[in-house]
Amino acid sequence: MKKVIQQKVTKFILSKSPTGIQGLDDITNGGLPKNRPTLLLGNTGCGKTIMAMEFLVNGIVMFHETAAFLSFEEKTDELAMNARSLGYDLDKLVAEKKICLEHIQMSRDPVLLTGKYDIEGLFIRLELAINMVNAKRVVLDSLDTLFYSLDYETLRSEIKRLFSWLKEKKVTAIITAEVGDGFLSRHGLEEYVADCVIVLDNRVKNQIATRRLRIVKYRGSVHGINEYPFLLDERGITVFPLVSEAVQQKSTLLRVSSGIRDLDEMLGKKGFYAGSSILISGTAGTGKTSVAASFAYDVCKNKKRCLFCAFEEAPNQVVRNMSSIGFHLEPMVKSGMLTFYYSRPTLQNLELHFIAVKKLIKEIKPSVVILDPITNLMTEGPNSDIRSMLTRFVDYLKIEHITVMFTAAITVGSIERNPSDEGISSMVDTWMMVQDIEVEEERIRSMCIMKSRGMEHSNKVRRFTISKTGITLSAIVRKEKGTNTNSKRNNKENDNLSTAKLSKDNSETAR
Amino acid sequence: MAKSKKTPKNTKVKVEDAPNSIGGKYILRLFVTGNLPNSARAIINIKAICEKYLKDAYELEIVDIYQQPLLALTDEIIAIPVLIKKFPLPEERLIGDLSDVEMVLKGLHLTNN
Repeated sequence: MKKVIQQKVTKFILSKSPTGIQGLDDITNGGLPKNRPTLLLGNTGCGKTIMAMEFLVNGIVMFHETAAFLSFEEKTDELAMNARSLGYDLDKLVAEKKICLEHIQMSRDPVLLTGKYDIEGLFIRLELAINMVNAKRVVLDSLDTLFYSLDYETLRSEIKRLFSWLKEKKVTAIITAEVGDGFLSRHGLEEYVADCVIVLDNRVKNQIATRRLRIVKYRGSVHGINEYPFLLDERGITVFPLVSEAVQQKSTLLRVSSGIRDLDEMLGKKGFYAGSSILISGTAGTGKTSVAASFAYDVCKNKKRCLFCAFEEAPNQVVRNMSSIGFHLEPMVKSGMLTFYYSRPTLQNLELHFIAVKKLIKEIKPSVVILDPITNLMTEGPNSDIRSMLTRFVDYLKIEHITVMFTAAITVGSIERNPSDEGISSMVDTWMMVQDIEVEEERIRSMCIMKSRGMEHSNKVRRFTISKTGITLSAIVRKEKGTNTNSKRNNKENDNLSTAKLSKDNSETAR
Repeated sequence: MAKSKKTPKNTKVKVEDAPNSIGGKYILRLFVTGNLPNSARAIINIKAICEKYLKDAYELEIVDIYQQPLLALTDEIIAIPVLIKKFPLPEERLIGDLSDVEMVLKGLHLTNN
């Protein structure tokens, strides 16, 4: 990410000031207008202050630009505390003279107006703050506080003066203000005072709140015009551009083992392609998570990192359950090879789940990502959205050359149809199905490979056994030998498989 | 205890004693920006008002924040010119060039209404 930003800095060095906020620099084509004020509008709780703060701190840390933060609302110690929750040590930056924090106390009592005035006092304090650290980036948060006590007529001209003053000072500024009932929008001021206007919004749909960002105007620059969801968490802000990542997938012939020897056998004796996408679909209780865990276990055993996104079970539950079938994941979690992302699907919008996962991916750089199950996420939001989001996410993983495994729970009766409906099957490279079938008045688990692009693979339905020592696949044995051509073929393949099997598994097969 | 002259509304004005005031005098601080029009007017206006209503019962300090910008910080100055009544309490802020005499007198609690 840093690399990308730095490339953009050189590209737009004349006109843009990169924010360092993930995604925002992409949709603004390099950042905010340099040496000009930007208006950041939004209602309370949209993340205006945090975004403004991140712009300043990134400026200091990534781009060596000092900053001044004039707060009309929060006191400086409150600001420092909020910034600490994002992992920024403002006190240290203040001590190093990298940032100047200034709280401007505005009385909410009605003041007595006795004649003409201006807000030169604010300008002087702004100048003091800028000069103190030679600030290149400035934030005023938030403008509305000014309007509690002062009159509109004067402020209208003074706000205009403020914006042009900031331009003269050659600082890149963010001025925050309320949207809607706020002063600026009420009087249409944002139309002409700022070169760049960004609106933040916090919307609740289906009881799930999603923060969104939109660039309303950006004078003299191309910019993304959509609404982009963004995530605000302990690592700051991430904006997720809806534009599809350019698919420049690297294709390799490298293979990764599925962790199940018999399954590798079925997949041209080698396993999955590295960097491909794999879908395991099946009805409830057929062992989808076990297959996924076995894959994760094998990846970690080979000293590669794996990110396990659990949307159904809590991580400790997954760890406990999987240790009962011989996959001891706990030491792998401890050594950092295996990382869990656990979140309830209903907690937030699907897009935001992906943003969060993407962030984790950037942090831990896994070679395998597991989403268990993807169908839980499907409950959120209309289908076409999900399809495009999922496609985009898979594209992203492919670019990063990460192998991804989804599990999808399907209901009985819709086995063939369901995954195709969501458009998942067309974007996965390998699709395996696990299901319960009835053989000789006995329900057994079975597995088959529905498709596997670019490799030789078995088309047999296999008996799928989960035991204390892991997962094995074997032929489905029927009693009436010789009467059924199908079972004949099965038996033949069974013989082939048996040679490659442990004797322990053989006893399982015979049974 | 100093007594003031009549206000335009014919109301009595009195200046109260307080232990930490300078002999019970009004303590006023006027913040201005150089001699810009609003500031220049404010200085003329406040001097006239003080002479008329608070003769010998006030201390007026004029602060030019162009000269002493740091004082803008300590007194939390945004709007300029601004007159701060430091004493008698409560502290009061009067924003503007002080041309509205009635409003100034009200702000200084020099009216009974």
